[in-house]
Amino acid sequence: MKVKVIVTLKNGVLDPQGKAIQQTLNGMTFDNVSEVRQGKYFDIEVNENDESKAKLQVEEMCKKLLANLVIEDYKIL
Amino acid sequence: MKSSVIIFPGSNCDRDMDVALKKFGFKNKMVWHNDAEIPKSDLIVLPGGFSYGDYLRCGSIAGKSRIIKSVIDFANSGGLVLGICNGFQILTETGLLPGILQQNKYLNFICKNVFVKIKNKENKYFKNIKKEVLELHIAHNEGNYFCSNDELKSIEDNGQIALTYCDNKGNDDEHNNPNGAIKNIAGIFNKDKNILGMMPHPERMIDSFLSGEDGSLFFENLIGSL
Repeated sequence: MKVKVIVTLKNGVLDPQGKAIQQTLNGMTFDNVSEVRQGKYFDIEVNENDESKAKLQVEEMCKKLLANLVIEDYKIL
Repeated sequence: MKSSVIIFPGSNCDRDMDVALKKFGFKNKMVWHNDAEIPKSDLIVLPGGFSYGDYLRCGSIAGKSRIIKSVIDFANSGGLVLGICNGFQILTETGLLPGILQQNKYLNFICKNVFVKIKNKENKYFKNIKKEVLELHIAHNEGNYFCSNDELKSIEDNGQIALTYCDNKGNDDEHNNPNGAIKNIAGIFNKDKNILGMMPHPERMIDSFLSGEDGSLFFENLIGSL
């Protein structure tokens, strides 16, 4: 089954790319955009039919590799 | 004294480091990332570069490579492990050093000479260096050191800050911060001071004709203190 994961920077952690995107959007007449936070999206195909087992495994993957918990949070969709 | 430099796919300062170590008397060996064991060494160096193309996060894939278990075992038994630039990023990703190196504050790749202040000389890496301020080279896109406030307090309390960015007089204030690093941090130790991660490249400052000599002071001290 396919498991989807989003990794984002934690609140309060500086996101210079998000800031640059926001400023560019503002310059493109989208001047009501007050903040952009950038993140990563993963589509993971796990050879496992049991959804809860697969998600448990993906959770381990997030903790060990996909996210760095010093600055990032992860969300399994 | 024996040293080993680990080569990852995408490392590009490994040979410079090999030249520097040999120049100051180390018997150096190059070790491939997919090897299982490291030859008997007094020092292991994780060199600069772009291991695995900086995919996912800088240093994250290298931090899970086959050789890393041996590096961690060596470090945990008190062996000296030095990570330069991408090597520093790898050390934070393995958890051997606290914090993380984020993208530079102004999103630019920085390649220039900087001054760094030695903050702690009670360790093998800096103990007999007479100077307080060194001129070294930096070249990175992700050198913006970050950690939580609790972690920062613990790092400061344990004397783990090794180097800070400063001017030629040693003023390490925000005006002399090239990349946004918290507290101008350019290098940190682990608690026991046997592991050092630093963004500046001492191996690029070992020849007065090409660059400068402050890197020579670093390597001369290192081999002298082993």
